[in-house]
Amino acid sequence: MSQADDYDHGRDLAPGDEPEESAGHWVRNYLIGLGFASVLTAASFWAVGAQLIWGPAIPVAIIVLAIAQMGVHLVFFLHVTTGPDNTNNVLALAFGLLVVFLLIAGSVWIMGHLNQRMMQPMPMSQMLDMQR
Amino acid sequence: MFGKLSWSAIPLSEPIPLITSIVVLLALFGTLALITVKGWWPYLWQEWITSVDHKRIGVMYCVLGLMMLIRGFSDAILMRTQQAVAINAPGYLPPEHYDQIFSAHGTIMIFFGAMPLIIGVINFVVPLQLGVRDVAFPTFNNVSFWLTASGALLVNVSLFIGEFARTGWLPYPPLSEATYSPGVGVDYYLWAIQISGIGTLITGINFVTTILKMRCPGMTYLRMPMFTWTAFAASLLIVAVFPILTATLAMLSLDRYFGFHFFTNDRGGNAMMFMNLIWAWGHPEVYILVLPAFGIFSEIFSTFSGKPLFGYRSMVAATLFICVVSLMVWLHHFFTMGAGAAVNTAFGISTSVIAVGTGVKVFNWIFTMYGGRVRMSVPMLWSLGFIFTFVIGGMTGVLLAVPPADFLTHNSMFLVAHFHNVIVGGVIFGLFAGLIYWFPKAFGFRLHEGWGKAAFWFAFFGFWVTFAPLYVLGLEGMTRRLQHVNIPEWRPWLLISLFGVALIAISVACQITQLVVSIRDRDKLRDDTGDPWDGRSLEWATPSPAPFFNFAVLPSVEGEDAYWRIKEKAIETQRLGPEPHYEPIDMPLNSPVGFFTAFFASATGFALIWHIWWLAWAGIVGAFIGFVIFAWRDVHEYEVPAEKVAVIDRARRAARQAALARMEARREALDGGVAS
Amino acid sequence: MSDTTYTTSREALRRRQQDPHRVGHTGHPKNEPVPGTGQGASGPATKRIIVGYGFWVFLLSDIVIFSAFFAAYAVLQGQTAGGPGARDIVELPRTAWETGALLLSSFTCGLSFAATNARNKLWTQVFFVVTGLLGLVFLGLELQEFLSLAARGVTPQRSAFLSAFFAVVGLHGLHVTVGLLWLGTMVAQLQVKGFRREIVHRIICFNLFWHALDIVWVGLFSVVYLLGAVR
Repeated sequence: MSQADDYDHGRDLAPGDEPEESAGHWVRNYLIGLGFASVLTAASFWAVGAQLIWGPAIPVAIIVLAIAQMGVHLVFFLHVTTGPDNTNNVLALAFGLLVVFLLIAGSVWIMGHLNQRMMQPMPMSQMLDMQR
Repeated sequence: MFGKLSWSAIPLSEPIPLITSIVVLLALFGTLALITVKGWWPYLWQEWITSVDHKRIGVMYCVLGLMMLIRGFSDAILMRTQQAVAINAPGYLPPEHYDQIFSAHGTIMIFFGAMPLIIGVINFVVPLQLGVRDVAFPTFNNVSFWLTASGALLVNVSLFIGEFARTGWLPYPPLSEATYSPGVGVDYYLWAIQISGIGTLITGINFVTTILKMRCPGMTYLRMPMFTWTAFAASLLIVAVFPILTATLAMLSLDRYFGFHFFTNDRGGNAMMFMNLIWAWGHPEVYILVLPAFGIFSEIFSTFSGKPLFGYRSMVAATLFICVVSLMVWLHHFFTMGAGAAVNTAFGISTSVIAVGTGVKVFNWIFTMYGGRVRMSVPMLWSLGFIFTFVIGGMTGVLLAVPPADFLTHNSMFLVAHFHNVIVGGVIFGLFAGLIYWFPKAFGFRLHEGWGKAAFWFAFFGFWVTFAPLYVLGLEGMTRRLQHVNIPEWRPWLLISLFGVALIAISVACQITQLVVSIRDRDKLRDDTGDPWDGRSLEWATPSPAPFFNFAVLPSVEGEDAYWRIKEKAIETQRLGPEPHYEPIDMPLNSPVGFFTAFFASATGFALIWHIWWLAWAGIVGAFIGFVIFAWRDVHEYEVPAEKVAVIDRARRAARQAALARMEARREALDGGVAS
Repeated sequence: MSDTTYTTSREALRRRQQDPHRVGHTGHPKNEPVPGTGQGASGPATKRIIVGYGFWVFLLSDIVIFSAFFAAYAVLQGQTAGGPGARDIVELPRTAWETGALLLSSFTCGLSFAATNARNKLWTQVFFVVTGLLGLVFLGLELQEFLSLAARGVTPQRSAFLSAFFAVVGLHGLHVTVGLLWLGTMVAQLQVKGFRREIVHRIICFNLFWHALDIVWVGLFSVVYLLGAVR
């Protein structure tokens, strides 16, 4: 089988793959991705000590920037698109994200709830104080 | 040099494990000697051990699963007997041994009995139903099987060398932490499950890819047979949740081996986090087992009623609904841990909601039979027994889903009865139905009907006699996993339950007899046409047993019930379609990589259990070298010449043509009878 | 074989004109079944797609492993048992260097994939080596971090928080190590055998793996290090 037969022209794509393109296209795409990612990374490192942002919003800003950067990686490095040749790839990704979300959010919710209702472990001296 | 391993690991002072060990070892060496004397090794090595044929791998999975079912059942006999005699008495099993038995029973039944059987049936059937020649990654399929076998080996080795976990089938900390379980039992559990879990994960990936990317032309999503749909949902769940199991057990291993504090009592560890994570795997696992069983029943109900499956699309929707919702119910396994009303209510509701999907399916099966010509063959008996048993089991489950009720029945014999009710009634009945249904496709002859029916009736009544008393005992307050019992009023129920086990044992004997009798009478039971049950999906388009390439030419599908349409057309026109143009076929080469991977995995696992560090490293390095050598190989496929394909397929066509002629002759005779 | 011999399909050309960077959905002609996307009209997919997709599914399962460790970290991060908390152990400059090394290695890994698609062995190998070296830099920094923490008595045995911290960061480091082993093997294979079909498929998979590791690192440096420094 020749190499070219390995493509399924214009119908379906392996994840991370693109229809045949010139090398210049690939490099351009990666450069754009690198640019976006660098800016977002720099922004989130800057946000940690930023005086410009209202304190309690800093964690939110960091999370938002992280999600944005993951998106940049998916689009420019992993070439995930919403095109029809990517349907299966995107659906698998969405299913994976659902599982990740359920697991992390579920665990935090369940265990947080439990901790609220259970007595927090406290040092012995405090406990003795309470008995007094 | 040998870590913690010494002669004291062999249970010389305990008669029961010792005698079992000797018997099993004698049987093992006897079999090996027989194979050697008969000179079967080359055949076994070339045709089975290194085979990448999905049908062969499926059969090997099923053999492994059946062997482990028997091992698990013998544990069950020990437990039921112990509880029946240990009423205000010590019984014959000391606590430390009894605890290992119930742990091994659960572990073996779920991981090495039910899972291999389900995966074996999926392996055998799905590529045939999709009309393709093999799975997406045939070599990895072989690796999966051998990793599962390696895990099973480790669990069984624990019987002879050392001990097994005494923690139950899920090693809850803090009991399973090094402080309270310093022995090797939990380590056997951990490494056996980790190794076989990797195999299962690879299987899941393999089948998600196969079903999404490898279907014969025209096999659109909504033309796939129901079993393939459920296999897809189960594979998705494997990919989604087996990593959670791997991660959770890895955390417990870090605790045990390196003194981490994920689940310990001190330094901030949180044992409830283990329950949370393990059940995030554990609940979907139940659906990994039962969804393919639902698929098997769907195939059987429609085949043996001579009708298309009622509400096919609602069935697909219900399957995917269950697949997603099963990821959102895990907390109902630990309602009593102390979370608040909000959490418990949310998970109670989601648990009740999941029953809706199952309800849709039950009604669809009943409506499939309605108005059909129902044939009461053995697979159909198991399916009907399933509906009755599973519906009751499901309803006790809805009861347990209500948090206040669960507080009363949590960890009681009621719970034990409930999950056996759904797993035996759903998964095991389904597997037996499926094994009998697809047996002719694998071996070319049907199984004996009479012994099959006897096996069903003994299993069905045996099941109810065993587990109905356990519901009663649970409601009366008996908790699970009791080595002895202090309440004499429970004795009658425990004795009835023991009698039920005897009925099940008769059923097991019937199954074995059925197999022996069928092999003896195989010429009488021969399936010449490849379509013994008047089937509807593509696997019945192949001869029995199916040739190694499955389909000489990939079929082209035009609607649901793909093979039924082909058959209708042939019967109508009284001839098969024109002979296709045969072309050479590329098939994957066999490979020993799975066997060697499992060899190194077993060695590494054993070494880690006994802290033999040099051996562990040697195993890992060996596995890596093995993979590099495998990856270096240049030739992956061989070509089957077109002439060979033609010879095999022409034989199939001749058999079909003869069957068609027989059918026509019968119809003419019938018409003649009516006319005169 | 150079890339000029490919017969670029009309569909791909159309898409390139409409959406040069392939960032969004430009739609496809209505009422026209698109073969190969699950409608099942075209039979089994090519080996390249099967291998790539299978590995994609594997990566998703790998991400689930990470998410279990993230969940453990999220639940246990307050359980310092009187020992050091996240604030006390995070050193942002080192994290920034690690991030830079990994991001650049992701970029060079992409470039090697572009060179692979142009069937240019020299540049593929050059960028692979650069990727590997940047990966080594990352690993070295992480090792140095772990060792310096251990020297201060900050070990996973100290508290549940530290257990979760070392486990989740170490798991990522372990993945990078495995990736480097894989990369080394693949460089040797490519050198000996050239762009055989199976090797190109492995390069596709490695590319996915390496980018996925970088995505996980984005989660790690944001949740563990940056949020740790804020709290």
